[in-house]
Amino acid sequence: MRLRNPFLAPTALLMAITMLAPLAIIVVYSLLTRGAYGGVELPWTIENFTRLWDPVYGIIFLRSFWIAAVATALCLVLGFPLAMFIARSGSRKNLYLSLVILPFWTSFLIRTYAWMFLLRDTGILNSALQALHIIREPLPLLYNDGAVILGLVYGFLPFMVLPLYATLERLDASLLEAAADLGARPWDTLVRVTLPLCAPGIRAGAILVFVPCLGTYLTSDLLGGSKTVLIGNLVQNQFTASRDWPFGAALSLALMAIAMVLLLAARRRGEEML
Amino acid sequence: MKRGLTVYAVFAYAFLHVPLLILAVFSFNSSRFAVWESFSLQWYRAVAQDGNLIESSINSLIIAIVATAVATIIGTLAAYGLWKRGSAWLSGSLYLSLVTPEIVTGASLLALFQWIFRFAHLRLGMHTVILAHVGFSLAYVVVVVLARLRSYDRTLEEAALDLGATEFGAFYRVTLPYLVPAIAAAAMLAFTVSIDDYVITSLVAGVDSQTLPMVIYAMARRGVNPALNAVSTLVVFGLGMLIMLSERLRKPA
Repeated sequence: MRLRNPFLAPTALLMAITMLAPLAIIVVYSLLTRGAYGGVELPWTIENFTRLWDPVYGIIFLRSFWIAAVATALCLVLGFPLAMFIARSGSRKNLYLSLVILPFWTSFLIRTYAWMFLLRDTGILNSALQALHIIREPLPLLYNDGAVILGLVYGFLPFMVLPLYATLERLDASLLEAAADLGARPWDTLVRVTLPLCAPGIRAGAILVFVPCLGTYLTSDLLGGSKTVLIGNLVQNQFTASRDWPFGAALSLALMAIAMVLLLAARRRGEEML
Repeated sequence: MKRGLTVYAVFAYAFLHVPLLILAVFSFNSSRFAVWESFSLQWYRAVAQDGNLIESSINSLIIAIVATAVATIIGTLAAYGLWKRGSAWLSGSLYLSLVTPEIVTGASLLALFQWIFRFAHLRLGMHTVILAHVGFSLAYVVVVVLARLRSYDRTLEEAALDLGATEFGAFYRVTLPYLVPAIAAAAMLAFTVSIDDYVITSLVAGVDSQTLPMVIYAMARRGVNPALNAVSTLVVFGLGMLIMLSERLRKPA
């Protein structure tokens, strides 16, 4: 076969090995039977997909959706004023922007660990509150859904702020002045002019936060403890401890399908990166 | 309104940065509990004497350097190729790799490797980790370099071709120099995602290829260990230095 575009060849080969071949394997495995010692066996079956409808897993999917949705909403609420502050800060814009991007460049794992250090029974917050005699027993701050949501918001806030900032930055200031001239109070201007004009940024930010939150494994494993089982943890478990690869494959495909549907639904013309 | 925003921003920035600052401060605490006792370097000494941490750090550096070099080179070529003539299926698979949840990427790679090992006499190890890392950092490189190419004036390259440069010569001597800042940024991004990855790495690593994030993760799950604060501070400081250095290189005085 003659390559039409030699510049693409090495990347095409690597994507075939690390992306497409694994995907093909997963599709095949999801239709096979679990082997007696892990691994997979014939016969072909669709049982792995029918199992997805079992309420046990339905609840896990719903919980994952719920946690990702709350984290996304919090990122939006917390990120919007911050993006607005940056967009309006004149010559200091770049400094404030890099202060948001900086955590993105430092280790996600270590930033998650920092919250374990702060929240656990013998952590900073509980120790400080006990030293001040505000509480006697440590508060159960770590290993619950709240801690997972906090970790997700902390980790993904920059993904929300950046697209919001990009749209706010391009916002035509004369529209806001017009609203004010016509008698709108600041709050009305915000809700009825600024927010609707920011819809593309909100959409982009929501997708950038929601999709990785839905498939989170690390945050829920470290901050949620064994109580918080989300889709990501369920997938990991099938490929390790449970050794049920066909079901793990079916779960992976379901998770990917959900992510793809959301991305396609949110994608509009002219927003493509590739 | 303006004042309210400023006050809010102070809190937001505190939320983003104070947790790591606290971690750094307490890495110098002589007590192993979260109450300040006195200044001490004992946890840093503990880190320096921990063979497991040292070995895994070396593994992580080797993996990140090799994966970054490979991904940056071939990703830059691919971005250039895509800019010249689009390829729907390659763009599609890069996009797919960008949006696939990490746990799915890791699990499916593991499934592929295990399937290959049925036929070949191979095992999980550094090579499988490096292959995985090149795979997931490629899309980042292509996105960053392609973004810069979008603002590139095509006529510059056409002029080089008109003046007798070969196609490769025009790329190498005209386009490539223009892309240097984007390539540096792409390499930084690839390096940071590689050195930080736990989820995919933990699934495709063998017994002899433990990385630093894997050791940190295991320590974090086991509970209180002030040495972990010291390692974290060192990693964050190291990455910070690297970012400053790359900013310097990108904007020469």
